[in-house]
Amino acid sequence: MQYTIAHLKRGERGIITDVSSKLIPLKLLEMGCLPGNTVELVQVAPFQDPMYLNINGSHLAIRKETAIHILIEKING
Amino acid sequence: MGKQINVALIGNPNTGKTSVFNALTGLNQKVGNYPGITVEKKEGICKLPRGVKAHIIDLPGTYSLNASSLDENVVIELLLNKNDKDFPDVAVVVSDVENLKRNLLLFTQIKDLEIPTILVINMADRMDYKGISLNIGYLEERLNTKIALVSTRKKEGIDNLKELIANYKDISITPCLNASEIDKTYFDNLRKAFPNQLLYKLWLVITQDVNFGKTDRKEIEDVTSFKTKSKADLKRLQQKETIKRYQFINDVLKVGQTIDLENAKDLRIKLDRIITHKVWGYLIFGIILLTIFQAIYDWSSVPMDFIDSAFASLSEWTKNQLPQGAFTNLLAEGIIPGLGGIVIFIPQIAFLFLFISVLEESGYMSRVVFLMDRVMRRFGLSGKSVVPLISGTACAIPAIMATRNIESWKERLITILVTPFTTCSARLPVYLIIIALVIPEGRFFGLGYQALTLMLLYLIGFGTAVLSAYILNKILKIKSRSFFVVEMPNYKLPLFKNVALAVVEKTKSFVFGAGKIILAISIILWFLASYGPNENFNNAETIVKTELANQNLNEDELQQKIASHKLEHSFIGITGRAIEPVIRPLGYDWKIGIAIVSSFAAREVFVGTLATIYSVGSDEEETIKNRMAGEVNPILGGPLFNFASGISLLLFYAFAMQCMSTLAIVKRETNSWKWPVLQLTIMSSFAYIVALIAFQVLK
Repeated sequence: MQYTIAHLKRGERGIITDVSSKLIPLKLLEMGCLPGNTVELVQVAPFQDPMYLNINGSHLAIRKETAIHILIEKING
Repeated sequence: MGKQINVALIGNPNTGKTSVFNALTGLNQKVGNYPGITVEKKEGICKLPRGVKAHIIDLPGTYSLNASSLDENVVIELLLNKNDKDFPDVAVVVSDVENLKRNLLLFTQIKDLEIPTILVINMADRMDYKGISLNIGYLEERLNTKIALVSTRKKEGIDNLKELIANYKDISITPCLNASEIDKTYFDNLRKAFPNQLLYKLWLVITQDVNFGKTDRKEIEDVTSFKTKSKADLKRLQQKETIKRYQFINDVLKVGQTIDLENAKDLRIKLDRIITHKVWGYLIFGIILLTIFQAIYDWSSVPMDFIDSAFASLSEWTKNQLPQGAFTNLLAEGIIPGLGGIVIFIPQIAFLFLFISVLEESGYMSRVVFLMDRVMRRFGLSGKSVVPLISGTACAIPAIMATRNIESWKERLITILVTPFTTCSARLPVYLIIIALVIPEGRFFGLGYQALTLMLLYLIGFGTAVLSAYILNKILKIKSRSFFVVEMPNYKLPLFKNVALAVVEKTKSFVFGAGKIILAISIILWFLASYGPNENFNNAETIVKTELANQNLNEDELQQKIASHKLEHSFIGITGRAIEPVIRPLGYDWKIGIAIVSSFAAREVFVGTLATIYSVGSDEEETIKNRMAGEVNPILGGPLFNFASGISLLLFYAFAMQCMSTLAIVKRETNSWKWPVLQLTIMSSFAYIVALIAFQVLK
């Protein structure tokens, strides 16, 4: 199964594998959302949306509709 | 005296750029606008060693040179235009030690423009706490720059920074990396086509057209002919560029920065577990709002009472000290009460700006955006609309400007249209004086009735804003893709200096901005109230005396009658009478009518107008409030300002679009007269209907 950031549960981490979707704004890339970087789900608002992430030390919140386009590999443990 | 050095402060949002600006310039700063647009322009003067002076511009915060908003575009426009009088001799990039990696992206872009660039690493006091150590020598070498480690909190490193700015000529202008490697052929062709231009500058111009629409720039030849690539291809190249820059930055930081996670403490995680919690988060937000309203009401009542009576005494004193005549009357009855009507609200406005700037400085505002996004989206708004809606409690103008970082046009337009419903500080004067007149003083669970009424009015404002957003969301057929990215900055204890400067600056612009209008209107009103067109006014004394000859009035009562007869037949009285039929069903008399009409310029004029109208012809030393309390309703009898007419007035001001400046800003931000005109008609007719119903039901 192909995981995206939207699949993460609070406290879980993953490694970003692909951000080539057209629905991902350049700004997000500039803020560090790039392949190879670790992403951690810090907190979610009610209904899992928006999602508060820590991407390699950069803390930001995005909506679920964007999160489903950022592919990741889950890190276990 | 030598030439001033032009310095541009550039940096990501939340890096403490403004703190550095404040530390460099102190009180030698001024806030204006960039010509033609409403982006705030902050500039100041800084004294450097050896008698050199620097002119410093604090540019809007931006994550990169790829603009996606008007504010960010200002940065690029300045850096691309060598002929601009503010073009920097040296750029100072401010970064935050905890987010160095992300901050360096912008730094490497500016280096590519071959401008001497100093790197400020701010918040250096946090390094131990976070277990960060830096190899400054190595970083300076790899980044071809000079680095200033600065802590504005501990006031360290500023002198070193000044020294570096003074010696900016020693700084290398060699770029850190070669961005053109992302597509060799494309950039080679570009170089051949424009051999005299800086390659990276060309690239920025091309991509800026893509991102931001055509820009008008004279010193660069037209590059439109050179769009050999599709928009999508150019975007892909920008992605590639970003990835390449990050590769370089990672490479540099691998050696230049070590983070000892063992020693890193993270208060943020603990705080966010509570502050952004599904239940506690909303509870805390509610408590904060409640505290703010109670505080604004309770803390400012003492200085306000003082100001009110001080102006009343000043007016009385002027009258007694200066020789009698038209000028003395103008001063004592027109100008002084008019000014009093604005000065009195300084305490409250200052408190409001104090709270807003503390919430922003501390990083809490972003948490509110996070918590509220989902809720707001249901109403067609964005989490980011919360910031305009909250700063709308200060003033709708900066609030509407703050909508610029909302990515989706539809969400942004709706936010602009509904923001004027939130209770701005200009409504406060009107609310406060009417509440004081018609709401009893008792307490309910420790909260005063008057404070609760005020809180209710704020809630009505928010509620109407949100409901109308819901309706607009259903009606407006605009398709726009929405991107929502919001940085969650670290929690910071707000710096006293930053908060103090923000409060002083904002209060000053409120007082002087509104003050000018109020003063002008007070003077006009005084003239209109002191002169009349016909015999009825000029012979008031004889007319009143003959009419009331058999009533045995004493001298005081007689004077009172004469004064009110004069006022009724003055220019203003005649105008007021003419509009009275329209407003009588709302429970207002013609004096309130005049105040409503004149306060169309700005709501706070309402109180000043009544103050001027009531003080014309009166000899007593009286506060505005007491004069209003003494007014009698000419038709129904009893006090004019009673519960029914008071509530009706409160509701009228809650909904009516009584602010010319807001309309002007909406026109500018939406680039069309359609939206402000729509706003004016809908809001004001709604206000009229609600006020009408309220008075008819309650009377």
